[in-house]
Amino acid sequence: MTAAVFFGCTFIAFGPAISLFLFTIAREPLRVIFLIAGAFFWLVSLLLASLVWFISVQISNKESASQQKGLLIFGVVLSVLLQETFRFAYYKLLKKANEGLLALSQEETMPISILQLAYVSGLGFGFMSGAFSVVNILADSVGPGTVGIHGDSQHYFLSSAFMTMAIILLHMFWGVIFFDGCEKRRWFVVAAVVVSHLVVSCLTFQNPQYVSSLVPTYIIMLSMGIWAFYTAGGSLRNLKLCLTCKDKDFLLANHRPR
Amino acid sequence: MHFQNILVHLQFHFIGNYALKQPSNEPISPVHFIYIAHLTTENVSNVLYIAKKKTIKDSEDHTTTLSSLSGDVGVLHLLESEENLDWVLRTGLHPPYMVIMESALFTRSVMMKLKNGSSRVAGVAVVVPSANPPQGFSPHNKCPNENSGVYSESYGPTLAHCNTTVWNPLGNGLSYEEFDFPIFSLKDDNDTQLIKQCYVDHNRPVNGSDPQYPLCAMQLFSHMSAVTNTATCMRRNTNGFTFSPESICEPLGDHNIWAPAKPLNTTQKGHKAGESMVMATLDSRSFFSEIGPGAESAASGLITLLAAAHALRNATQEAQLSRTIFYTFFHGETFDYIGSSRMVYDMEKNQFPIDLDNVHSVLEIGQVGLFSSSKVWLHTDPVSRRNGSVEEEVKKLVSNLQTAAKGLNVSVEEPGVTQPLPPSSLQRFLRARPFPGVVIQDYSSSFANMYYQSMFDNADSLKMSYPPNLTPEEQLNYVTDTAKVRAYMMLRLLVNTANFYISVERQTSLPTVLVQHLLANLTGSTANVTQEDCKNQRENQDDKESKHVSYSWVQGAAPPNSTERKGFCVRSTVHGTKALSPAFELEDYNSKDYSTWTESNWKQIKGRIFLVASHDLEVNQSAKATHSRVLLNGPRCQGLYRLLT
Repeated sequence: MTAAVFFGCTFIAFGPAISLFLFTIAREPLRVIFLIAGAFFWLVSLLLASLVWFISVQISNKESASQQKGLLIFGVVLSVLLQETFRFAYYKLLKKANEGLLALSQEETMPISILQLAYVSGLGFGFMSGAFSVVNILADSVGPGTVGIHGDSQHYFLSSAFMTMAIILLHMFWGVIFFDGCEKRRWFVVAAVVVSHLVVSCLTFQNPQYVSSLVPTYIIMLSMGIWAFYTAGGSLRNLKLCLTCKDKDFLLANHRPR
Repeated sequence: MHFQNILVHLQFHFIGNYALKQPSNEPISPVHFIYIAHLTTENVSNVLYIAKKKTIKDSEDHTTTLSSLSGDVGVLHLLESEENLDWVLRTGLHPPYMVIMESALFTRSVMMKLKNGSSRVAGVAVVVPSANPPQGFSPHNKCPNENSGVYSESYGPTLAHCNTTVWNPLGNGLSYEEFDFPIFSLKDDNDTQLIKQCYVDHNRPVNGSDPQYPLCAMQLFSHMSAVTNTATCMRRNTNGFTFSPESICEPLGDHNIWAPAKPLNTTQKGHKAGESMVMATLDSRSFFSEIGPGAESAASGLITLLAAAHALRNATQEAQLSRTIFYTFFHGETFDYIGSSRMVYDMEKNQFPIDLDNVHSVLEIGQVGLFSSSKVWLHTDPVSRRNGSVEEEVKKLVSNLQTAAKGLNVSVEEPGVTQPLPPSSLQRFLRARPFPGVVIQDYSSSFANMYYQSMFDNADSLKMSYPPNLTPEEQLNYVTDTAKVRAYMMLRLLVNTANFYISVERQTSLPTVLVQHLLANLTGSTANVTQEDCKNQRENQDDKESKHVSYSWVQGAAPPNSTERKGFCVRSTVHGTKALSPAFELEDYNSKDYSTWTESNWKQIKGRIFLVASHDLEVNQSAKATHSRVLLNGPRCQGLYRLLT
């Protein structure tokens, strides 16, 4: 549907994520590496989920619409569970890697904290997930046509883009919360992450009533964001100091050594 | 992970027409754009686009167009009348438009108006009816092949350019016009109904108010590579110069099929006893590509000649004739006599088994399918008849034909007035020297064929119909004479299946192959030759000499109580020679003497319909939109940046 829609939807979907990447991750090679590894882990989980999906669709009855719908729901649930499993697996891997890194490096402190790892891996998951959600839609949006010849809603592209943005940010928040829960062995936190992921994915079954799927998703995203902020050690005081550029301790701590 | 709707794209494939480069001796260089869309009813659920797959199994998509490389998009408009053109050309608010019209509106005046307003026209789609229009339709010129025949300023100037009689009065010359937009033809089926329904749902103005976006639109792809005219196009071909030769256009060509009644010695070129050449044409065309039914203009003549060849088989073998008959089928006659000009050229250059000296007389069978009141007309050339000896021979020919026709229900007459020959291959022979010749046609002063060189020149135009309620066996018995049955069946086969368009040289058209094998079967005899020898064109293992006969292997039918076909070899005198215009041999692409028609190469031919949103969202405006988003970072939050890095 023309270049305007293409660029608009691309920036909506990936804008926040790319700016986060550029400003916080791009300068540190270690963070970039772990981000890409995180994306790869998500990709593997998708591969497994799609294998199962593919086989089950082939052996199912293609004519029956209810069976196909049931299969779809099963596919979504399975995929969410697999993604979270791989998030856990990545956490375990990172813990092991950190010990190794510590042994190898000459410094006494870890070059990258577990919190940064959580953030970076969450964003990696988010990037890959967003890409797979929205790239084919973007590719079609470049052509001359728009949605609607079969009577579907015109807002397809836009709502897909917003949904993708929410998902990417959610993955990042979930990453932070999840790793923290695993660190402190608070399993209800982990369960909360899994449950909210399931809820968000199942909300998409409401499409094409885009309002009823987007609004709850954004509410969940905001709440997850606040939770992740507090998990990462943020507080209202910190926020105020940061925004008014007055927190000298923080500035000093992040000052790069000469 | 959430699964979104999967976008599926199919495209409905349009079969377009060829872009024919006009020879440069024409004042304009027409490039034709004609498309034929064949849509099937296969409908897959699809969010963005509706497209269909084509049903026709033809391998080549011929297209012509000046559609842009990425296809032309236009808002659909169903043309209701010629007055409705005003909406498309002036008053409509959402140009460019893709005009859909019934074939009744596919006239010269409508198309010329669209051509003049082509900045607002993205393309045209013509819905082809199942019945032929009763008032006739011919996209060819009123005076076909007027510049490539024999009549010119130096030969019968009063007869040239249809001054005495217009051969094709219904001709509107659309096939020779140049259009800047693609023109497709649609069959009137479910898919076309869908297109019309989309127009009605989204595009039709309601109660005088203008239709609002999103509007239903159609995109047609038929990019043609060829440009300007043949000379420019052939020059731009890079065949042989680069590692990846690319040809933009290719000359039209095929093969001429000929067979002498008695075998000649083909290796020895030149002097034989006088031959009487009997000729017919193999090709036809229409405005749209891949449709060239040519029932009256091609099939009628060639079937008649085939039937005659078969009927005379025994007579010519046994009788001692002073002259032999030379059956010839020319291809490409529609396009300024490609086949016949090539044969005459070969004869002049002694490249052909017989010479122009050996040709004694010429009889041509033209359009003979529509003879009314059982009259058949014999046309002759008045200029050559001024010569006494030629006049004598022509008179003899005519009286022979009239004698032969006495016993039948057909009367054979000459048109009483002095008029030129109709467009026929004999004209090319007359350009070389004055032969006595007669052209048999079913009309006296203008074509009886109301659909000359159009897509409607089919079985219906020949009025080939049986009384209803006959079973196939009864239908066969309806025509009693076996010879007639055979001819009738051949005719039916040809008009229903064959596309008579000549196409490019490397593609042999179906009629050529059919006629070659039919002629072999009908004039040849069974030979006791093995399949391998037959396919290798020799009598037996020891036979090494080059032959004046040709062998073709017939698969045969399976006998009643087995499934194995019983094949046999047929020995005949049938040969094929290249029918490529001499202009391409001489590399004279601006030739005034020979045909210089070429066909463009193309990319894909297809089309699809979808909804379009407002023009505001397109590229020009979008630059503004993206600009405003970039201004997010102001000078206030520099501290923030430092924190995060």
